[in-house]
Amino acid sequence: MHLQLTVNGNPREVDGAWEGESLLYVLRERLGLPGSKNACEQGECGSCSVYLDGVLVCSCLVLAAQAAGRDVVTVEGLAENGELHPIQKDFVEAGAVQCGFCTPGLIVATHELLARNPRPTDPEIREALAGNLCRCTGYEKILDAVRAAAVRNSRA
Amino acid sequence: MEVLQPTSWGEALAAKEEHPGAVPLAGGTDLLVELNFDRRRPETIIDLTRVAELNEWSHVNGGVRLGAGVDYTRVIAELASELPGLAIASRTVGSPQIRNRGTVGGNLGTSSPAGDALPPLVASGARIELAATSGTRVVPVEEFCIAPKRNVLAPDELIAAIHMPVATGPQQFSKIGTRNAMVIAVASFALTLDPPARSVGTGIGSAGPVPLRATEAERFLEGVLDEEGLWDSRGQLSEGAVARFGQLASEASRPIDDVRGSAAYRRHSLGVMAGRTLAWAWDEYRGTL
Repeated sequence: MHLQLTVNGNPREVDGAWEGESLLYVLRERLGLPGSKNACEQGECGSCSVYLDGVLVCSCLVLAAQAAGRDVVTVEGLAENGELHPIQKDFVEAGAVQCGFCTPGLIVATHELLARNPRPTDPEIREALAGNLCRCTGYEKILDAVRAAAVRNSRA
Repeated sequence: MEVLQPTSWGEALAAKEEHPGAVPLAGGTDLLVELNFDRRRPETIIDLTRVAELNEWSHVNGGVRLGAGVDYTRVIAELASELPGLAIASRTVGSPQIRNRGTVGGNLGTSSPAGDALPPLVASGARIELAATSGTRVVPVEEFCIAPKRNVLAPDELIAAIHMPVATGPQQFSKIGTRNAMVIAVASFALTLDPPARSVGTGIGSAGPVPLRATEAERFLEGVLDEEGLWDSRGQLSEGAVARFGQLASEASRPIDDVRGSAAYRRHSLGVMAGRTLAWAWDEYRGTL
């Protein structure tokens, strides 16, 4: 199968993909973008979260063909000019990164939350990140990072 | 494997007629799991996400015609006042990522007894519009699911839309599971009060081979509300009436023991949820919420 799509602002083409592949597989194995993580492959963990036409989705649940002609943004697309995105810095500074496996999905989900709700309450943060599992941090540091990002937003 | 990507409803129906074994794909929250885990290898998949007609909802004959491809996030954002029971249930589906992709039509197509959208459809008497190139038919939701993961769709048919009456009174939904997000219901219960019609609707999820109605509970509550004149007085419902409603709802279930819970727990929790949803809905009707 031949596939054309836009990834992180760049037109990309894929040849020889199998029709049953997920968008996650195409991103990681065919386009060399391993930032989106492959864990549960059933939408439970959120570690593969990306934007599809501006909407937060689990890329493991999108058939690659469904992304043809669409606009995909992965965690790799959030950093600019080799600098970490401010949300990524907030995660590092808050100690919200331990093994790091859930981090890309949480960064994308946090980015989406703050884009539509710059100053979320704690319940709103918990609801927005309910689809992203972390097995290391106990979530408190992650909540700290998102709160810090929201405070930064309110100062901006 | 072949993936067909029709861009109009006519093309989609023609594709289904030509490939009757083809599996329809909407948000992928069920089908992709089966593909990823090598549980299913359909010869043909029909991707319906490019069919614009499926992603629309409209007012038809005083009700809502909900296109099968409208996702849960939009049901919550756009239909909370007209279809409150379905919107409440939609908020309990998965996570934001899942609600952004999953659709009510897909929930029907999968026909799992645990489908979160199904009890509110049953409680409100939804009708399902099925289409083929040869024509369209409308099936009451209670007749749509016939067994776990089986429904009345013919090989050449696709789900076009869900028809629901606009709410005339309070609607509620409750679901029990091990956490608040990303949970397949252990059991769920939906309640619709229709004051102008003096009627009560119920829907039971995840406690039978298909979504069920608690018909005796409905008739009992209608009787109490009529005999005591409560529709007009908006007076308090007795604790005994709420408890009896819960008991009848529990007795209407046909649960099994499985990995998510025992039949006994499902029966018990249904009684609790039926009583709670009735208390919430009646408080709302009385204006004392």
